[in-house]
Parts: sequence; structure tokens; C-alpha cells
Amino acid sequence: MTTASGNELKRLHGLPVRLRSIHIPPVYYFLILVFLVGGTLDQIFADGQIFSNPAIMLNIIVRSVALGIVAVGQTLVIIGASIDLSVAYTISITAVMSSYIMQGKTANVPLAILEVFGIGLLIGLVNGLTITKLKVNPFIATLGTSLIIKGIINATFSNYTGSVPKSFEYFGYGTVGPIPVSIIILLLIVLVGWFLLSNTKFGSHLYGVGGNSEVARLSGVRTDRVLIGAHVICSMTAILAGLFLVSQMRSGAPWVGPNGVYDLNSIATTVIGGTALSGGKGGVWGTLGGVLIFGVLETVFNQLGVNPYLKTVLQGAIIVIAVASYTIRSKKEAA
Amino acid sequence: MTEQTFATESSTTRTSSALMEVNSITKRFPGVLALDNVSVQFFPGEVHAVVGENGAGKSTLMKIMAGAYIPDSGEIHLEGRKISFTHPKEAQVAGISIIYQEFNLLPERTVAHNIFLGREPSKFGVVDIRQLNKRAEEMLKEIGVEKLISPTALVSTLSVAEQQLVEIAKAISFKAKVLIMDEPTAALTYTEVKLLDDLIQRLKNRGMAIIFISHRLIEVFDIAEKITVLKDGQLVKTVNKTDVTPADVVFLMVGRTLDHYYPPLGKPEDFGEVVLNVKNASNQFLKGINFELRKGEVLGIAGLQGSGRTELAQALFGVAPFKSGAIHLHGKAIAIKSPVKAIKNKMGFVTEDRKSEGLASRQPIRDNILLTVRAIQSIFGVIYKDGIGKSRKLVPMLGKQVDIRADSFDREVQFLSGGNQQKVVLAKWLASDADVFIFDEPTRGIDVESKASIHDMIRDLTRRGIAVLMISSELPEIVGMSDRILVMCDRQVAGELPAKSSEQDIMLVATGHSIKTRAENTSAAGKE
Repeated sequence: MTTASGNELKRLHGLPVRLRSIHIPPVYYFLILVFLVGGTLDQIFADGQIFSNPAIMLNIIVRSVALGIVAVGQTLVIIGASIDLSVAYTISITAVMSSYIMQGKTANVPLAILEVFGIGLLIGLVNGLTITKLKVNPFIATLGTSLIIKGIINATFSNYTGSVPKSFEYFGYGTVGPIPVSIIILLLIVLVGWFLLSNTKFGSHLYGVGGNSEVARLSGVRTDRVLIGAHVICSMTAILAGLFLVSQMRSGAPWVGPNGVYDLNSIATTVIGGTALSGGKGGVWGTLGGVLIFGVLETVFNQLGVNPYLKTVLQGAIIVIAVASYTIRSKKEAA
Repeated sequence: MTEQTFATESSTTRTSSALMEVNSITKRFPGVLALDNVSVQFFPGEVHAVVGENGAGKSTLMKIMAGAYIPDSGEIHLEGRKISFTHPKEAQVAGISIIYQEFNLLPERTVAHNIFLGREPSKFGVVDIRQLNKRAEEMLKEIGVEKLISPTALVSTLSVAEQQLVEIAKAISFKAKVLIMDEPTAALTYTEVKLLDDLIQRLKNRGMAIIFISHRLIEVFDIAEKITVLKDGQLVKTVNKTDVTPADVVFLMVGRTLDHYYPPLGKPEDFGEVVLNVKNASNQFLKGINFELRKGEVLGIAGLQGSGRTELAQALFGVAPFKSGAIHLHGKAIAIKSPVKAIKNKMGFVTEDRKSEGLASRQPIRDNILLTVRAIQSIFGVIYKDGIGKSRKLVPMLGKQVDIRADSFDREVQFLSGGNQQKVVLAKWLASDADVFIFDEPTRGIDVESKASIHDMIRDLTRRGIAVLMISSELPEIVGMSDRILVMCDRQVAGELPAKSSEQDIMLVATGHSIKTRAENTSAAGKE
């Protein structure tokens, strides 16, 4: 199929390589579209009060922080042709454990953080090892981990447990000048994710493992280590998201992860962002676009007071439309 | 010359001068003894071909040498030292590079990332991308293709041949002492093979040991100094090229002489009326295609890579349809806008890429054969099934007709050899009652014996009144099989040559030299 198309393409798109390599992920066209539609609805139903209010605009991003952080981790795992369904309950266990250990005391914060990152390391290792060494399908392996964590926290905690000290709330509510700390953290995580993927050996190897694990192995890549690494990083982003959420909620509850649907939403935003579920292709900037689309929908619908289930309908439609459009695009390119 | 005598002596007397040697290697897979006590020596500055039928154990031996498989028993020595690999990386570090039979590139990554996958130039785990691209460019320069391939191009945008060149660049970038190539030329055209030959000579002169597997014996005799023949996992013999003829080697491979590679061509009385008539047809890949295809003939389509050969087949079969021009099938004007349309009009397309386009590899033989029959059935009809209606007779009948060798028709096709897989594809189209067959590289990557039987089968089809369009990059195959030859160049039909034209004439037309007048004269003479 692609035999002559390579040459054809070169002839058709005589663009300099550098220009092509910084192409914008197509998800941002969807983001603009969602913005325009949201803006129009705002004009009609709320006299433009939503989009003219900078606080609300900023809130779009703040609302997206937890999902954004964990979606970066999910992107890494999916690029490696794996998946992580345990992030929601990893977020929950982080929220309850950290809040429980802190008990409102600043002195306990370091211990709590150390503890939850230890848990994250453990979850990531269990996921990664089950998938690579026991060769369990990633979907099943992480679903299993997820159920195990769920059982443990539901058996131990029923509702709000402990509390975070005032100092720790800085994470969720603090600002640097006019910019919320949370946004800076999200951007940092995205930047780190981008750097990992595009500029490190780990990233390069991860694309290899996801693109074709056997090719990577035969090229001398230690494929298992790379995938385990991706799972550990993914669990760590879930831990960070959990810490962020608990600092906003001031106390951890076991339902925080599943209520936010962080498992499926992080997968959805990753895929909307253009990362291939089959692995080997994609990146975190696309994912950020997907997360922002969800954020805009959330905010606009909340402000307009529309039935929240309609929002879910739209989210579903967008996933399907976005992914369908990518498939059609790539088919056109191949033809 | 001196090199060869040296090699002969050393292989018999001084074993210590071998660069690499495998001793009594045995490897067993579930149900198969893939290698049985095989010992071979490889010398520096020598090109060593490993030949044998599919399933002879060639690829397994190569994979063991490259550390991808661990042998059950036996030893490997490199430069006199005993080595054992548990991971391909260890073999690479030791100086053993391999190019596998299947393409081993990541389509969504750049050429540079592919070449240096696993060895990216980096500091503290951070890849120096400028250095990466620079080094990739150097590697491409080293094999003389830097003008053809950019290090920053995505591999998915390259042609099959270009991808192969990237693989070679990757393999030699390991500073290899031993370079193993598993069918390096299967996807390459004549000029590209020449390029590869030159490359191999250069690498050889640097003192590398080059080991390659090939099904093209002509090529083996062109390039190699030594030939090792494997059969059913056992070493038959290692011979010097100068001591044997290709017929000898074929005899060693199959255990019998194949006296003819090609069935006799069709006689004028075999050819019937024009079945397919293409007039001035064009699409985005092809311009102004004109030709006729007659009942009972094999029309060979020759041309270099990128000349539009495969695109022609895809256009005819509705994969990337013609946008203008006229196509008449059995005298009726039709537009073939999709493969289903083509199948309904009794066309069959045996694709170049068996794995991705020709077979559902995880499905049993039976379902693969019935695929086309089911495709043109009504959606709500009951599908042909085991023991119901036609299929019980159809599958065994076709299986027997094309001589599929498998213990059961319920065997998944992924477990069959390349030759047997190709026969399943053939049976699939026979099942649909096709009377126009398009073959795209019918014998690519297939062993000698299966090759001959596939050629026989193609000829057999024509005797039953089927019209065959056969695309091939192997000129001997074109010359040996075609009743007429269309040569493509630059996305159009550059000329038509009569049966038994010389390879040189075909090459001339394919490279854009106009011998059109001569071709027309001869073909006109042939028609009288």
C-alpha cells in the first residue's frame, strides 16, 4: 500500500522537515471548535458572562489539573501499548492515606508524601511486573490491581479521613502572582512528560516498545524495564493527582478517584489527543488538548446549569468523532 | 581467488582462523526439531550464503547467532572465544548484526530514531537529537543513499525498498564484525540489488564476515563465496561456490533435481478473446494506461520499484481505483470502485504482502479459503460452514488442487510455511470462481520447490481459460512465465515486449530507454 505513497507524499508536501516536525496536534482544532461552540452558547444563554470572566477561564484549567496530571502518565503507558485502569483507586488511596497520616499537622507532611509515593512505586511495579513478567494482558492486570486497592480502602475507610494542614492547601489553592500553583504544576508535569518522550532514551525506547515490542527487543532495548518504568511513572502521576485533590478537599475520601472517573477519562483524553491505543504513536501535548476540551465542557455546562448528563453525552460524542477523524486522516495520508 | 583457496584450506585444517563458528547447535521448538546438531564456520572477508527450503532452519540458525534465540545445546565461538547470548543486545555488543526477514522498523518514528533505537547518543539519558540525526546521516552516506533518505523522515513515508535500506544502515551502524542478512533482497528491484551487492563487496573488503539467506540462487552465486545448505534442520553441506553449479545446490536443497523451473509458455491457440481491456486509464498514481489481457495468457508486468506496478494492480482491483479512462471486462464497460466490485466481477488479487493483505493469519485454512465466497454472499445469508452445503467439498477439493500441505484444514495459517500460505491465498480466489487473476510478486520469499509449484499452478490456471496478470520484480520469473510482457516506467506503460524477451531489453525499457519501436515491431511480428 505505502510503496509509492512515500515518494508521492514527498512530492506533495514539499515542506521542510523542521516545519513538519512541529505540527500542532489536530486535537487543538477540536479545542477551538469546542471553545467557539461554548462561546456561542454563552452569548445566547448567559450574555457572554462566562467567557469574559478571567477567573472562570482560569478555572477551566484548574478543574483540569488532576485529570491532566494523571493523563500524562496514562499517555506514557498507552504509548507503550499498555493501559492503566488502576489510576482512579490509586488516586483514592493517596487521598485517604496522606490525609490520614497528616492529621492536620504540617510536621507529618513529609512522611505522608514519602508514604504515598512508596505506595505509588509499589502499584506501578506490581502493574508493570504483572504485565511484563507474568504476561497478563494490561487491561486485566491493572483492572485486578484496581479492584485490590478498591477492596483495601473500602474495607478500611468509609468516608472523610483525617485532614491536611493549612500549609498543604497551598498545593491546591496557592497562587504565584495571578497564576494558581496548580496550573504551574500541571504545566511542569506536561513539560516533563514531553521531555521524557521526545528527548530521552527512555521515551525513544517507549515508542519502540509500543510500536513493535519485538523490533525494540531485537534492537537491544530492555523492553520489560521500559514498560515497567512507564507504569511506575503513571502510578506516580496518579499519586500526584491524589495529593492535589486532597489538598483541595482538605480531607481524603475513598470515593474521590472513581467519582472523578479518572481511569476512563484519562484514557479518553489521551486518545482524543491523538495517541494511538495500539501504542507507538502520540504525545502529551495532544493529551493536554484533550484534557482542556473536557475542562471547557465541564465549565461551560456547569455555568449554564445544564443537565450534567448531557455533558457526558457530548464527551462521548467527541471521543468518537475525534478518533474517527484521525483514522480518516491517516488513511488519506496512506492512500 | 586467493581468498577462496585460503578459505578452503582453513575450513578443513585451521579452524582457529574462523571469525565465527557454531558447533553442534541444536534447537527444539514445541513439536519441531528446528536445528539438529548444526556446525558451520564463517571467515572474515567472506560472503557466506545459507540456503535451504522454508522450514530448513536457516532463520532459526541466524536468530541463534544474533542472540534472539538461545540454543538447547551447542557452542558459539567468536574470534576463538566461546560466547553465549541471552539477549540480542549482547550479540550486538560483541559485533554481530542482523537484518531480519520481516521488516523491523517502527513506522511512526524517524529514520534516525530507527537506526539508533536502543543506542541513542545521549548524556544522562537525554538524547542528543542533533548528534542522532548527524550520525544517522553518516550511516546513510556510508551506504550511499543519503540523497534518497532523510534521517528525519518518518519511516512510514518511505517505500518498501527505502525501508530495507534503512535496515541495512541500521545493521552496519553496530560496527559489526559479522553481518547477518535474512533475505535482504526479497523486496528489492534489480538496481537496488546492485546497490546492495556493491555495499556487500565494500563491507567484505573491510574484513567483515557477511552471512546471508536468500532464495535467489542466481544472486547467491553472484555474491557468495561459500554456500551452506540446510535441510530439515540438518546441515547438508558447506561448499565453495566454485566447486558447484546452481543445479548442484538445488539438488542439495531439495534432495532431487528440478530440471525445469518454469512450465512451458502458452501456445497461440491457447489464447482466447480479450477479457480485460484498459484504455487510457489514470488515477493519482498512474497515467494513461493502455493494455489488453486475453483469455489463457500470462501477461507479465515488469518495472522498477516505484514504476507503478503494484499501483496498477490496486487500480484494477478497486483498491485505489482508476479515476478516468475506460475498462472493459468481457466486453462490458465497468467501473471497479471497490474490491467487492472486483470480486463480484470474478477478479482475483494475490497480493504482494501475504501477511497483511492476503491472509487472516490467526484463522484456520478453511475460513481463509472461504473468505471470498462469504464476502460476496448476501449479509443475511447463512455462511458456508463446515459440513454444510458446498464447503465440505469445496475446501478439501481446492486444498488438494493447490496442494496445501497441512495436517488439517483447521490449522491456523500463521503456522504454515510461506509457500503453503501462498497456496491458501490461491485457493481463496479459486473458490470465488475468478477468471481474471492478478498476481503481485507471487513467489516473493518462497523456497525453490514451492516456487516451481506455484509457477505450475499459474500456468495451470491459464490452461483452464483464466487470464493472468503477473507482476514481478524478478526478471527471470517475468521472462520464464510471461506470454507477453508489459514494462512500466514512471507510472505508465513504457512498452510491450514479446515472450522470451531478454532481461536486458526489459531493463532498458524499465529504465526509460526507448526501444519502443523495436518492441512494437517484434510484437506486431509476433501477432501475425
